Amino acid sequence: MQYPGSSTPAPTQKKVSLEPAQQTVKPTVSRNRLRTTLAFWGFVGPLLLGLLFFFFIPILWSVVLSFSNARSTLTPQSFAGLSNYQHMLSDPDFLHALGTFIIFAIFIVPLTFICSLGLALLVNSIRVGQGFFRLVFFLPTACSYVLASVIWKVSIFNGTFYGLANQVLAIFHIAPVQWIFTSNPPWYWLVLVTVRLWLQLGLYMIIFIAGLQDISRELYEAAAVDGTRGGWKTFRYITFPLLRNTSISILLLNVIAAFQAFDEFINIMSNGNSILARPPLVYLYQIALTDGNFGYGSAGALILTLIIVCFTLLQGRFLGFGRAD
Amino acid sequence: MAAMTPAERSAQARSLRARHAHSTGTVVSLILRYGFLIILAIIFLFPFYLIVRNGLSTDADITSPHWTFFPKTLHFENIQALFSDPDVPFLDGLINSTLVAILQTVGQIMISALAGYGLARIPYRWSNHVFFAILLTLMIPSAVIYVPTYVIVSDLGWVSTLQGLVVPGMFAGFTTFLFRQFFLSFPSELEEAGRIDGLGYIGSFWRIVVPNSYGIIAALSVITFITSWNAFLWPLVVGQDQSAWTIQVVLSNFLNAQVLNLHELFIGAMIAIIPLIVIFLVLQRYIVQGYKQSGLKG
Repeated sequence: MQYPGSSTPAPTQKKVSLEPAQQTVKPTVSRNRLRTTLAFWGFVGPLLLGLLFFFFIPILWSVVLSFSNARSTLTPQSFAGLSNYQHMLSDPDFLHALGTFIIFAIFIVPLTFICSLGLALLVNSIRVGQGFFRLVFFLPTACSYVLASVIWKVSIFNGTFYGLANQVLAIFHIAPVQWIFTSNPPWYWLVLVTVRLWLQLGLYMIIFIAGLQDISRELYEAAAVDGTRGGWKTFRYITFPLLRNTSISILLLNVIAAFQAFDEFINIMSNGNSILARPPLVYLYQIALTDGNFGYGSAGALILTLIIVCFTLLQGRFLGFGRAD
Repeated sequence: MAAMTPAERSAQARSLRARHAHSTGTVVSLILRYGFLIILAIIFLFPFYLIVRNGLSTDADITSPHWTFFPKTLHFENIQALFSDPDVPFLDGLINSTLVAILQTVGQIMISALAGYGLARIPYRWSNHVFFAILLTLMIPSAVIYVPTYVIVSDLGWVSTLQGLVVPGMFAGFTTFLFRQFFLSFPSELEEAGRIDGLGYIGSFWRIVVPNSYGIIAALSVITFITSWNAFLWPLVVGQDQSAWTIQVVLSNFLNAQVLNLHELFIGAMIAIIPLIVIFLVLQRYIVQGYKQSGLKG
């Protein structure tokens, strides 16, 4: 198991650097050290104070709450032991929410990967108008999920005859489809997946293009001299292997982003059909904010935190991220 | 293929592409590529068109069984109808979003740049430990711990307040990390020259480092602004009174209202996206640069 702390020095080492220095301290040296200390905390202090209040204390307080009964209150009422965790892990709705995330990830992660790589290769292969096409595909990044949900839910995948998708079907004499409000077949997945694709493809395309432009042109020229030029072979033996790091990071980023899916689900799958596709963060919203059960909600939040930490450690392992110092 | 002189052969690799461009196969492939790109571009731009079309139509136009690509008359009076609709706090939402996005951006960039500089340049004993604590926060996206954060913000009495919307989003480990990496690569000779002139840490940060870092400051600022303007989860959780709704929460409530007021919904969506489209067109360079740097961000 990868442990992020392994890269920092053990606490015993600090003594070694301290003691010899103090033998020869002159007043100016200690004043300098005080100045350094003050300057450091002056610069880093605001951030640390904020992280303490809005990151570390919330998590610790959640640990306390998750072992307590706390309904409609933010302070523990009575000790609950592990019961919140036991309930959560056997709660069919919570397991269903995790299942929803897995289904969503199975759709969105490979699709985003293939489509954004394809877009990047296509855009990168042309010269005239490259900037224009890059901007066009990147522009949806400016949209919020709420805004995109408005367009997708009301204008494109509206279940009545005037929705764009149903208008197109009408050309082929196909009856209007209830895209969102039916579970059989589950067309709502088409709505949820396409809205996220539209919003995020351009961003990942940009990252892929950056990766493509890092590949030395000489490699392609050498391959061309050897008789490999253009097409599948160059991609298979040069481009794709050299995009390995970019590819892995985009895949893992996508899984982590899918795990946090909230905005489009709560906006599109509302009005009574939310139960059909309710990812973990939406279910937590129901428990904590709607039902006011903060002990139970905290246990859920901590379970999700543990899951996401595993993903990020995996990401760090591939990218060498945790070893930054 | 014609016979080549040795000189030509040596330049073969470089000229391959140019020579190749004359063959019909490449011309066809070029036409296919551009054709495909144009179709994709239309698909990608279509949702933007739908916002404008619906926003400037009447409800009767939008729900008409006969698709019209553009309404016969453009109903700009929809804008006035939206702002004077007592059921929709649209103007309040715009004001809230503007305030939140500006304050959060200024706060986050200042706090992160200061901390990044401190971590990169001040030789403090515990610096590495502090940096490790900041790296720890990168493992957990703020969205996953919104319930714990809500509990604390609620204890502070900040629900439905401006500080509740703004302050928790001002402390970003990742932005700090990016600033630290940038300052580490900053040439320290410049700062040493400043130190000889008697500048302390604050002086050299403010007079030497900041004026030479406008590029990264602009890139990270504009991304923070966009993220903040488009944020939904936290504003929904903490902005419970209607007076504290941001534009995204207003639109979401509008979308899920009992009676859909289509033309006002879409003209509202159009107004909410216009500032960002302008920012994208004007600052595209910084946005792309910023996303490339922070592409690893979850």
